[in-house]
Amino acid sequence: MVRAVHYVNQFFAGLGGEEAAKTPPTRIEGAVGPGRGLVPLLEGIEIVATLACGDDYFAEHEDEALETLLGFLREDKPDLLLCGPAFGSGRYGYACARLGASSPVAALAAMHEENPGVAAAGKTLVVPTAVNVAGMRDALPRMAALAGKLVSGAELGPPAEEGYLPRGYRRNRTAEQPGADRAIDLLLAKLTGETRSEIAAGFDRVEPPAPVDLSGALLALVTEAGCVPQGNPDRLPTIRAQGWLRYALDGEEGMSADRFQSVHGGFDVTLANEDPNRLVPLDAVRALEREGRIGRVHDAFYTTTGNGTPVASSTRFGQEIASELRDAGVQAVLLSGT
Amino acid sequence: MLAKEIERAGIATAFVTALPTIATMIGANRVVHGPAITHPAGMDSTERRRIVERALEMLETEVEPTTVWEAPP
Repeated sequence: MVRAVHYVNQFFAGLGGEEAAKTPPTRIEGAVGPGRGLVPLLEGIEIVATLACGDDYFAEHEDEALETLLGFLREDKPDLLLCGPAFGSGRYGYACARLGASSPVAALAAMHEENPGVAAAGKTLVVPTAVNVAGMRDALPRMAALAGKLVSGAELGPPAEEGYLPRGYRRNRTAEQPGADRAIDLLLAKLTGETRSEIAAGFDRVEPPAPVDLSGALLALVTEAGCVPQGNPDRLPTIRAQGWLRYALDGEEGMSADRFQSVHGGFDVTLANEDPNRLVPLDAVRALEREGRIGRVHDAFYTTTGNGTPVASSTRFGQEIASELRDAGVQAVLLSGT
Repeated sequence: MLAKEIERAGIATAFVTALPTIATMIGANRVVHGPAITHPAGMDSTERRRIVERALEMLETEVEPTTVWEAPP
């Protein structure tokens, strides 16, 4: 029998409503509340204990609450931690997510997809639920099914198939159908009004900064097209770049083929190397600078190879470049890439 | 990701790319659809000028998140 511990808030543990929200972490033997609903659904998994904590207590004393709850987990030594379902409750969802993300054992939480806890769940699997407790009957079987999968040791399939929210990971796998067939299937589905993708969009959004009056602005050129000085003196990789580079423009009127080339390994660079302005349009930018359309062009450009770069790396490149640009007083950026 | 992170720092960024779908999926906000992967910024100086002018115009415009403008023909 696989041993599981279940985490719920004060309300679902039967300790009370908002008036009990300051209850510190506590451990209850066996299954309680929604855990009792899970028991008949869990095959070969036993809920040995229920951990509960008041929503406010967790929010206001996160470190202490986590420490106590993790202490309970260490004593119970379960194989699996189940959290929630928290539905749309932000504090409860956050507690589920933080406990799951800190758990020494495999963890699974359940909550509404817009619960702020989702963003804090890290590697924890999150089963999407309805926004309120009316979705309990639907949520528990899905939690139980994913729990069964998790403890079976079988490889976990993609989020849509297994019933959890995308975590931002991508895994290569061999599909049974060739790409052309799958593309046609997606197209046919789209024609009937159903838009699907094999590549989940798990990215956050940034509000667009306010527009800039360019006639008095400092504009910088940035590229992820692998443009470097001839000979690639700093050995920018053709794929999976580990960093970015900054090169002076030295008042150049354009990206001359004598001075620059592209080392990008993700496309045919023949055309680009005949005229690197095709990747970094310095010639056009300079002309517009002369005409007063742009206040001034920053005297260096920033480059990397955007090819097979992990999201975490390119995020870091962007942050580092942004920090330099801000220090240099740059107000607008023209970024080019493939 | 570069476009998004630079915009996160508060610097308006126009991203000229031949792959606007990927750019917007990741979260680039000001995307200009360039003509081709091998020459996103334009094949000749006339085309480049049009694309760059379009990008500048976008930098001077208030946009909704993940907006794509086609480069003028």
